[in-house]
Amino acid sequence: MNKNFLMFALRKLATMILTVFLISFVVFFIITLPPGDFLTNYIGRMAEAGEAVSPELIAELKAHYGLDQPFVVQYWKWISNIVFHGDFGYSFLLSMPVTSVIKAYIVPTMVLSLVTMIFTYAISIPIGIYSAVHQYSVGDYLFTTIGFIGMAVPNFLMGIILMFISFKLTGNTMLGLYSPGMENAAWSMAKFIDLMKHSVIPILVIGLMNTCSLMRTMRGQMLDELGKNYVMAARAKGLKAKAIRYKYCVRAAMNPVASSIGWSLVNIFTGTTIVAIVLNLPSMGRVMHEALLDQDMYLAGSWLFLMAIMTVLGTFISDLLLAWLDPRARSEYLKG
Amino acid sequence: MALFKKKNKERDDSYYYASQWQLMYQKFRKHKLAMASAVLLIVFYTIAIFGNFVAPQGTEQFSGEYVNCGPTPIHFFHEGEWEGPFVYGLKRDRDPVTYMNIFVEDTEKICHIDFFAEGDKGGEYKILGLIPCNIHLFQAEGDGQVFLFGTDGMGRDLFSRVVLGAQISLFIPVVGMILTVALGLLMGSLAGYFGGWVDNVIQRLIEVVRSFPNVPLWMALSAALPATLKPAQVFMLMTIILSLISWPNLARTVRSQFFSIKKEDFIMAARISGAPASAIVLRHMIPSFLSYIIVNMTLTIPSLIVGETTLSFLGLGLRSPATSWGVLLQETNKLETIMFYGWKLIPMIFVFLAVLAFNFLGDGLRDAADPYK
Repeated sequence: MNKNFLMFALRKLATMILTVFLISFVVFFIITLPPGDFLTNYIGRMAEAGEAVSPELIAELKAHYGLDQPFVVQYWKWISNIVFHGDFGYSFLLSMPVTSVIKAYIVPTMVLSLVTMIFTYAISIPIGIYSAVHQYSVGDYLFTTIGFIGMAVPNFLMGIILMFISFKLTGNTMLGLYSPGMENAAWSMAKFIDLMKHSVIPILVIGLMNTCSLMRTMRGQMLDELGKNYVMAARAKGLKAKAIRYKYCVRAAMNPVASSIGWSLVNIFTGTTIVAIVLNLPSMGRVMHEALLDQDMYLAGSWLFLMAIMTVLGTFISDLLLAWLDPRARSEYLKG
Repeated sequence: MALFKKKNKERDDSYYYASQWQLMYQKFRKHKLAMASAVLLIVFYTIAIFGNFVAPQGTEQFSGEYVNCGPTPIHFFHEGEWEGPFVYGLKRDRDPVTYMNIFVEDTEKICHIDFFAEGDKGGEYKILGLIPCNIHLFQAEGDGQVFLFGTDGMGRDLFSRVVLGAQISLFIPVVGMILTVALGLLMGSLAGYFGGWVDNVIQRLIEVVRSFPNVPLWMALSAALPATLKPAQVFMLMTIILSLISWPNLARTVRSQFFSIKKEDFIMAARISGAPASAIVLRHMIPSFLSYIIVNMTLTIPSLIVGETTLSFLGLGLRSPATSWGVLLQETNKLETIMFYGWKLIPMIFVFLAVLAFNFLGDGLRDAADPYK
């Protein structure tokens, strides 16, 4: 690893930390946005349920969150609790700390996102290459049409449409991750197959938008590369078309695709959130929706914060990846 | 390969005399899909503007009698004889399998459809919000009912609701787009013109906004709206929320355009002749990349349509009695809708068409934006 690369990474890291800091500010602003502080709402809700909240508890919560203090102090309490104690606040909807809610749901959510991500790249890159190499063929037109439709249809519509189709064809809407009765069954081949069956629609829906846009990018990049002079030079020297295509063109065309990992994450998180709500999946998206409908802002805000941080991390990784793949990128960046 | 392709077509003089905008229009007309989309969108917007006339029912009307009634087919022949457009009367029945209430046609009773009918069935409205009027495009005579798209769970005519919902679903995005463009232009030109620390700050801001997944951030912001707001206020705030999140794309385009144009001679000339910064930006720089801005504007609208629909669908945007396509789709997220009331999915087709049409239009405009290519 050379010095150039290290400098590049360090500078990117510094901007990343600054961005995360700004993001945390925005998130805290959103958390405090609903009128009246959450404690008043909480006390109101408890009173509605017929439970009195002891004055000591109120005083303690007030002190803990610094509610009678200015915005900046409240912000400091919130962020320092997260950074030093891993405490994201308290969810009044589920009556437990936000941290435990997140712990309970983060694994399925991340698995779903990751599987979708792999699926997205595995499908879109080959299709993009195919479309570029066979430009204006029937296959290219077909994929272009699918791509346009996939980018245009909102996620939740796609979810409902697929549920509808699945119901018409098989009589089952494939809601949830398991069929009724399977959820608590011991792990077996049958349960695994059931899970796989139920994952098809979510993965399709979450991945579709991203797959389509990646497919378009890959196609465009590949077309650019194929028209360049080095391709003709290599042809003139007698290299086989296939060798040029896969050894040089694909490698060069991959760069912008690699740099889009961060933004792909944004798409995928959006997708997972909505699909979880529509298809009733046990993931963070559904919890966030319920929390928002109830203005349980600590829970919703924390999840928003985590998604944004993961996106920034994804962008950071893809920047490093690009710098590693393409030396031009890092020298241009360092030059300014 | 491309080297030997003959590119120069024979062109008559009109090509060389044509202005940039004329060339763009000529090129745009060649994009068939974009032309078709433009026509479709004009039809959609015209119908939305005259929605109260086109819709047989007003927003607040419902008939408890006809709950969850399927679309009523329009017939022309009765027992082999020409009758003109008419519907049969409806009578209540029970599904032999599921025992659910259904409606079947009563082939004894014929109700002709009157066009430009003046009637109390549809209720009064004001043309363009000014002139009171009571004429509707079509209506069934007597106690007949025309439900082109069926009815919803409260017995409201779905066709009317789609038409009236279009008024909100198609116009929120336009207002939002105007705000987005204003914000994007302002931020982009500040960053691009001044560069330096201003640029740095705005770049960070763009990065922060873009790091949030769109829809969840929209959701969080609209959830923070107090539940006591009036529909008009929710409408306003939703528009602001939608555009607060979608400006960075345009700002980035504008910024990079600024950087490439800034060093051109004509800008230098303007600066030397003492033109103030605002004049240079507004008179010289923005017009030179106006076409890109127009493309970006067209492509912003579909994402805002999706935003509004998604939020209302999730119960975080507009709420009944306000009517928008997203509000209509709320009913589709129930199992029984998918299983028994398939027609309630019809509003989806319109969301789909509108979004697709705007995308194709934007695509056509993007091709046309560079007519010399």
